[in-house]
Amino acid sequence: MSTIATESSTTQYPPVEISLADELSIQTRGLNLWYGDFQALMDVSVNIKKGIITGLIGPSGCGKTTLLRCFNRINERYGNVRTTGDIEILDKNIYDSDVSVRQLRRSVGMVFQRPNPLPISIFDNVLFGMGLHDAHKSLSRSERADVVEMALREVDLWNTVKDRLKARATTLTLEQQQKLCIARLLPLKPDIILMDEPCSALDAEGIEKVENLIESLRDEYTVVIVTHNMAQARRATDECIFMLLGEIIEHSKTSEMFLNPQHEKTEMYIQGRYG
Amino acid sequence: MSETTPTVDSDFSLRRGIQKVVDFMEPAIVGLIYLCGWSAIIFVMAIFFFVFKESLPAITGIEEIGGGVDAEVEKLDLVEFTTSPKWIPESAKKPTFGILALMLGTLSVTVLSMVIAVPLGLGAAVYVSEFAKGKSREILKVLIELLAAIPSVVWGFIGLVVMNPMIVDVTGEPVGLNILNAGIVLALMSVPIIVSVSEDALRAVPDSFREAGIALGANRWEMVYKVLFPAAKNGLLAAVLLGIGRGIGETMAVLMCTGHSVNMPTSIFDPVRTLTATIAAELGEAVRGDMHYHTLFLIGVVLFVFAFVINLTADLIVKGIKVQGNE
Repeated sequence: MSTIATESSTTQYPPVEISLADELSIQTRGLNLWYGDFQALMDVSVNIKKGIITGLIGPSGCGKTTLLRCFNRINERYGNVRTTGDIEILDKNIYDSDVSVRQLRRSVGMVFQRPNPLPISIFDNVLFGMGLHDAHKSLSRSERADVVEMALREVDLWNTVKDRLKARATTLTLEQQQKLCIARLLPLKPDIILMDEPCSALDAEGIEKVENLIESLRDEYTVVIVTHNMAQARRATDECIFMLLGEIIEHSKTSEMFLNPQHEKTEMYIQGRYG
Repeated sequence: MSETTPTVDSDFSLRRGIQKVVDFMEPAIVGLIYLCGWSAIIFVMAIFFFVFKESLPAITGIEEIGGGVDAEVEKLDLVEFTTSPKWIPESAKKPTFGILALMLGTLSVTVLSMVIAVPLGLGAAVYVSEFAKGKSREILKVLIELLAAIPSVVWGFIGLVVMNPMIVDVTGEPVGLNILNAGIVLALMSVPIIVSVSEDALRAVPDSFREAGIALGANRWEMVYKVLFPAAKNGLLAAVLLGIGRGIGETMAVLMCTGHSVNMPTSIFDPVRTLTATIAAELGEAVRGDMHYHTLFLIGVVLFVFAFVINLTADLIVKGIKVQGNE
């Protein structure tokens, strides 16, 4: 316990977030999810605050990725998924029949475990989302170039790739690919960015750079990040949700959770005694 | 039971015996496997050599009669061969060997069949790999592969007996054996290979690409043509090329469905004749050692070159996919 206390002093909660604390970005109520007969989420009710970075932690198979994948309804691409309960994103239940999945995914972007830029040019990757939403048809050539430059600058990739925007995105390093995957969400102006272990395929240097990037997304976007890496959860998140076997065990500020976990299971997990 | 269980000693000697046989057999089996591998190359080379050798006198004008003696024979006019639309090999007055009409016949039938087969095949491949689920996918795959197992003479029969009167009824043409008939039959014959190769290409696209597209808001159709097609384009191109190769090489069905008359095609209702069908129909009647005989083999060389170029291109493209996959 004492070691945790000293190390976590670096992740002190900045006072800015407290003023935003009441504004909610994602709310779930009584969310249950089954894959066939297997229940992966059990009565999950969480409130994820706007403009901060929330970490989802827990051992493998605890349902954290499943929960994340509910927020943009990408879970539904597998036929055997059944859900009950509500998910409210920006004050709208995303399971309502009048909700357009397309619009939902426009405002809730997702970054995957393994960088998955499409096998087209870097330039086209950044504009891909806009192309789907017919947003770039009205843009002139130079406006498109501006959109690409802005997105790439925001993820600190512009200077590296500005001379080879026409190169295939798959020729980039994994770290650059992951940054590109974040950059391609930005032209759609999402409210929420979901990240499923975004650093697990990267080396130490790449992790640091991508974490810095995630850090810079705070305030402007609500970031929900699934991670297996306790050190990362502590460094890079403002709040943490600890899950176990499909249930939420604890949800608190990261500094509090790592300093003073309320549940025995949480304490055991973050100390690395299982999981 | 006790009789069948060998004692430790006999078990040991038995094993040593087996080991000896294995030691002896090993190099023999390795040799046999080598032979199997190389035989494919040897056969192809031998066939090419034979076809080429039989066609050579038409080009050089020199034929070996046997016993190391060469005789001069009539030379084929290569300009006439490639540019004349007249194919009159058995004319008593002046035989003419022009394959332009035959090449155009092959070309027109193949192009029409691809115009039909490519969208059909790609559509079927997309459906099987992305939309069909569980049992229906398995059934479809089996049925499509079954389509490939139908002998070409049966396809020709269908063209002759079923399609022919249908085309006459629908279009009012006097005869239904034409480019349209052969094109449709050939399309149905090429669809299975296009489906199975392009389905493999689509399934080789990593699922992460699909998720990337879907997570950005693509619907299924956009996912197919904006994500899958660019990602699988090499494999899809290879599938199309293999389909074309199938079309150019097909003989029996086109012989039965095209009407088999030498004709410069001007519309899809014109009967034509193809390179392959010409060889099949005439080789048996050509006098061995005659100019007609050699020229038919030269047509074989032309077909060989076509097929080789197309297959090589397809192969290089497929190899290209693998190199990218390793990145």
